[in-house]
Amino acid sequence: MAGDTQQTGTEYIQHHLTNLTFGQHPDHGWSFAHNAQEAAEMGFMAVNVDSLGWSIGLGLVFAFLFRWAAMRATTGIPTGWQNFAEMMIEFVDGTVKDSFHGRNPWIAPMALTIFVWVFLMNLMDLIPVDIIPWLMSLGGVHFQKIVPSTDPNITLGMALAVFGMILYYSIKVKGIGGFVGELTLQPFGAKNPIVQAIFVPINLALELVGLLAKPFSLGLRLFGNMYAGEMIFILIAMMYSAGWILGTFGGALQLGWAIFHILIITLQAFIFMVLTIVYLSMAHEDH
Amino acid sequence: MNINLTLFGQLISFLFFIWFCKKFVWTAIIHSMEERQKKIADGLDAADRASRDLELAQEKATEQLKEAKQEASSIIEQANKRASQIVDEAKEQARSEGDRLKVAAQAEIEQEMNRAKEELRNNVATLALAGAEKVLKANIDESANRALVDDLAAQL
Repeated sequence: MAGDTQQTGTEYIQHHLTNLTFGQHPDHGWSFAHNAQEAAEMGFMAVNVDSLGWSIGLGLVFAFLFRWAAMRATTGIPTGWQNFAEMMIEFVDGTVKDSFHGRNPWIAPMALTIFVWVFLMNLMDLIPVDIIPWLMSLGGVHFQKIVPSTDPNITLGMALAVFGMILYYSIKVKGIGGFVGELTLQPFGAKNPIVQAIFVPINLALELVGLLAKPFSLGLRLFGNMYAGEMIFILIAMMYSAGWILGTFGGALQLGWAIFHILIITLQAFIFMVLTIVYLSMAHEDH
Repeated sequence: MNINLTLFGQLISFLFFIWFCKKFVWTAIIHSMEERQKKIADGLDAADRASRDLELAQEKATEQLKEAKQEASSIIEQANKRASQIVDEAKEQARSEGDRLKVAAQAEIEQEMNRAKEELRNNVATLALAGAEKVLKANIDESANRALVDDLAAQL
């Protein structure tokens, strides 16, 4: 509980789930929010500095590590980190080749970016929940959420980018007419033009829901899994202040959950990547 | 948990990292991997070819060895044949030489004999005349007797 005895359990949890937000407050102008309520009052004109900062930082870690491997890439015998990078690339390339049948040189690098970056973001979940917020509080920063993927802004931001790519490639491959046709002429079709005209709004409603569900489900799935995992880590961490018996039990739980979480974070990163590939593959398919 | 500008911050950084990955990571690593694949395939090919070449060379060597053996045996055979031919020739020559020598010796013997006969014929007349002259002494006409003795000598 970060040594703060006056904090109640609820406060502790809320404290852990509040982002460090910088934004335009109606009363204070551009400033850091001092609590969750102020952050909410800032509305859309605000930035979750911690999520975005950790996210970009981890993105840079990814970029640096793989750029390093790329610069040392030889056609001779690969060593050390290059081996690992090539293994990842081979894995991602294989997955892309399995599910994406079009020809698009952007899909595979995008899949690699998603997989490694999301994995790194999820990995932050395994750092004990109190360490970094406590270190930050020593420096006078009161809120810190270090797992970017527990922030819906982050996951939905990526899902939105994927959605944009779905629209872009749908229109690029099928043309506007083809894309609109795909949205309106199925699943119900008829030879009679009048019946077909009746089906159009029904089809559009169904297909639009399906289309919009893609980015939402993509973003919220990752967010939900990571948020729930983080929450359980926080709840387990609360046991450490409840005497040494519960504390020991909590330690065992923490270990168990962390080991299980290794599976979850990898799986969620993989699922995000595979779904993105599948969605884009569907966008490339001309009926 | 408010939706705010972070959404677009993440969206933009996402696109940036995709671009970075495509531009500076993916192409280079995939390229070197493909190059290496090609190199390995080439190496395996070369090894295959080399072993095939080796096999071929061994086959050729065996064949050449066989040929050489055959040639050697044919040369030996020829030499043997030639040797016996030479021996035969030599024998033949020796025989004919011997014959020739014999013939020559016989001819010489005959010639010698003829000459001896001739000489004897010449001398017989003289000897007979000398004996007759001694027997008859001066009263005998040498020229009439001579014709008689010559006649005698011709009968030898």
